Amino acid sequence: MKKRGPLFLLFISVVLLLSGCSSNLLVLDPKGPVARTQSNTIIFSMIVMAVILLVVYILYVFVLTKYRATKANEGYEPPHEEGNKWLELTWTLIPVIIVIVLSVVTVRTTNAVEKVPAGYDNEKPLVIYAASSNWKWHFSYPEEGIETVNYVNIPTHRPVEFRLYAYGPIASFWVPQLGGQKYAMSDMVNTLNLVAESPGSFMGKNSNFSGKGFAHMEFEVLGMSPTDYTKWVDDVKKTAPKLTETEFDKLLNTELVGRKSYSSTHLSFRPAPEGENAGHHHGKANSTDNMDNMNMDDMDMSNMDHSQHE
Amino acid sequence: MNLDKFLVKGEPMIYAAMVSIVVASLAILIGLTYFKKWGYMWREWLTTVDHKKIGVMYIIAALLMLFRGGVDALLMRAQLAMPENGLLDAQHYNEIFTTHGVIMILFMAMPFIIGLMNIVIPLQIGARDVAFPRLNAVSFWLFMAGAMLFNISFVVGGSPDAGWTAYFPLASLEYSPTVGNNYYSIALQIAGIGTLLTGVNFIVTILKMRAPGMKLMRMPMFTWSVLITCVIILFAFPVLTVALALMMFDRMFGGQFFTMANGGMDMLWANLFWVWGHPEVYIVILPAFGIYSEIISTFSKKNLYGYKSMVVSMVAISLLSFLVWAHHFYTMGHGAMVNGFFSITTMAIAIPTGVKIFNWLFTLRKGRISFTTPMLYSLAFIPIFTIGGVTGVMLAMASADYQYHNTMFLVAHFHYVLIPGTVFAVIAGFHYWFPKMFGFRLNEKLGKLAFWFIAICFNITFFPLFFLGLNGMTRRMYTYSEGSGFGPLNMLATIGSVGLAIGFVILVYNVYWSFRYAPRDTTGDPWDARTLEWSTHSPVPEYNFAITPNVKGMDAFWAAKKENQPLYEGKIEPIHMPNNSGQPFILGVIFFFLGFFLVFSMWVPAIVTGVGVVIMLAWRSFERDHGRHISVEEIIETERKLGGDTV
Repeated sequence: MKKRGPLFLLFISVVLLLSGCSSNLLVLDPKGPVARTQSNTIIFSMIVMAVILLVVYILYVFVLTKYRATKANEGYEPPHEEGNKWLELTWTLIPVIIVIVLSVVTVRTTNAVEKVPAGYDNEKPLVIYAASSNWKWHFSYPEEGIETVNYVNIPTHRPVEFRLYAYGPIASFWVPQLGGQKYAMSDMVNTLNLVAESPGSFMGKNSNFSGKGFAHMEFEVLGMSPTDYTKWVDDVKKTAPKLTETEFDKLLNTELVGRKSYSSTHLSFRPAPEGENAGHHHGKANSTDNMDNMNMDDMDMSNMDHSQHE
Repeated sequence: MNLDKFLVKGEPMIYAAMVSIVVASLAILIGLTYFKKWGYMWREWLTTVDHKKIGVMYIIAALLMLFRGGVDALLMRAQLAMPENGLLDAQHYNEIFTTHGVIMILFMAMPFIIGLMNIVIPLQIGARDVAFPRLNAVSFWLFMAGAMLFNISFVVGGSPDAGWTAYFPLASLEYSPTVGNNYYSIALQIAGIGTLLTGVNFIVTILKMRAPGMKLMRMPMFTWSVLITCVIILFAFPVLTVALALMMFDRMFGGQFFTMANGGMDMLWANLFWVWGHPEVYIVILPAFGIYSEIISTFSKKNLYGYKSMVVSMVAISLLSFLVWAHHFYTMGHGAMVNGFFSITTMAIAIPTGVKIFNWLFTLRKGRISFTTPMLYSLAFIPIFTIGGVTGVMLAMASADYQYHNTMFLVAHFHYVLIPGTVFAVIAGFHYWFPKMFGFRLNEKLGKLAFWFIAICFNITFFPLFFLGLNGMTRRMYTYSEGSGFGPLNMLATIGSVGLAIGFVILVYNVYWSFRYAPRDTTGDPWDARTLEWSTHSPVPEYNFAITPNVKGMDAFWAAKKENQPLYEGKIEPIHMPNNSGQPFILGVIFFFLGFFLVFSMWVPAIVTGVGVVIMLAWRSFERDHGRHISVEEIIETERKLGGDTV
């Protein structure tokens, strides 16, 4: 039937797009080892899937052209077929083998992208806390003692350990060209290891719907050479103002803000929900029952000692 | 009382919706009065316990919801057609994609499938009705109450706006302070009870009410699929019930189950939601597989290839469907071990699904394939759904999913599964069983025209989304910048969606046209089909079969036609039928108001209506209703009128 025409065209266009223009698509244009592992996994799976599609489509075209009702086969009585043990076994076992192959690939690559990328595991990672709030991203550099909003500069060829959490709804931290995403949530810290292998500007965003301003929760990741990076850090330390608690609260309550830089972090007075500050410490829950109070948790934690990040 | 709480203001579209709701309601009321149809409505429809009429009502409701959800979809596509488009603001867009998701899954796909189930299952197994006809009516009216409650949220109080998944803490009182998500928890709860009752009802019907000789392994594939689906419903829906109840406590009574403070856990909601939500996908897809099996077999003029492996694969899918929920949030950070486990279980589902695809292809092989409208949808399903299937396997791979999650790639994938899977199936089933419901076929020319619009434009709408996803476009964004480069493919998708809409308009016009002009079918078997429902008259008399059929093998009606095996032996006896009742309808109305009062936390009226519900249940419990008998003379008279040959 005519149906196959457009479908086949679509199929061909997938193959063409994959082979030719893939570099246009962010996910398939990796700039770091994590994203490269993922891109390779994706392309591998696409090839396997294309072969499966091809088998199904060839069989489909064949049966539809050969066995359509025509005037010529008017009196033809189709046979009664119960099935065929061997054929059915074949199209059970081959998919089983394919799934086993894909499982091995998946488990290996999933392990790989969870860890510090191979070749970088000896280096001390740069720790950056990335916290979302409605509707912006806060980046704290505890070692450098600086904080930025809606942009994050990282040195190239050095593993970066992003520690993700949220003030408010679940957000998802995603920099497609450096690696896949992870959730930032209010009651725990998630870790995402990324490395940028070339300098340049990479689009980062929240990919998990979090309310009205969600579409504007983009940030820029700027990969810079280690010397440029050190220079930038010194610059921020010298020129940027300190981040006070009032200033931070004001930031949290402002829906959309531009880029900001500070020469201190919010971690001292508003620690990340990790270790003793993590959620689900039922016994220690604070006494605030008022659900309208935006900043109810963490309120009583400001007097705790978190000097390890200073 | 302050009306501001109830009325949504300041949006031309909402005023238009208000006006159209009022006009439509008035038109229905005036029409019923003018044509003196109130009595007819009450006697024949509102109080009916006949599975066929309940099925028709389900389908009418599903079609209405298809248009509500479809308009939502068109608005979203219009908004996304161009970068920085100002048609909708963020809030409005958020409400629209939320209601689009909820309505399409729960108030379109589900009732459409349950409607076809209602019409077909008792006929396919040679029964006179479902096991609990009155309960069946209760199911329907609870569904209706839930659906109507959800729909009025658009103009009364505001729609839910936290996505159809309603993730916490976004859906909590703190971040969604309007009543929108109250509607979500209450309306879904009411409709969900209805679905749960349907599940129980059909399990009992299929297990206990089959005609003599119809062993389990002789059941038509659609009946098998519905049996397995109902078992999934029985295990999955209670989880939703609990999750929604906890949500209600959080939002209305100061509960802290999913909140950010006091030991609440937002991830608990995501887990509960998907423990129900993933089996839910199979609840809407397995009956679709059943429908395709019937249609492909009928129009290839062959029995279904690999019947046993078809059944086994559906059972396998139903078991696996409960073991994959965490693949909806690999990115939540539960580590490589957990993600690996869920990746493998998810990919494993591809195996039984693949078995089914090949069995369908081999049913076609050596057949004599005629391309009727229902068959066209079934044939288009195979290649398009396979794309949805293989992209599903790609998404199952956790490492890669970190890059697909929450993107348009995912959106493309699940539309590639749900539209050719469920939507094509219910449309195919609608065309296929339409003559059984109403006694005439839908016009084939218009049917095929609508099919080509839908099949081609579906691909134009959703294929570009795969690329948008890989290029970094996330779902649920109400706008994007020009610099993102998302513009052209979005425009293409929007153009496709217009074509898709045209297809659906033609489909509805076809129903109208065929009602007026299509030639009536007197045979009861217009497709030369194989299963029992085609052995009785069209439209089906209320007692379904004058004499209970005697089944001697698979595809009993086909055997009766080809090998002259007598299907109806014995003589006509009085038939015992259930009485109509107004109670289910009244119960539905009370539930609607109970839900409404709960949504707005109006406790006194809520308690009054809640007591009303209890009174209705008590009334039913103490009622004696033994049904009635249709006399032999009446049956003979009906059979003669319908041109019966079974007498």
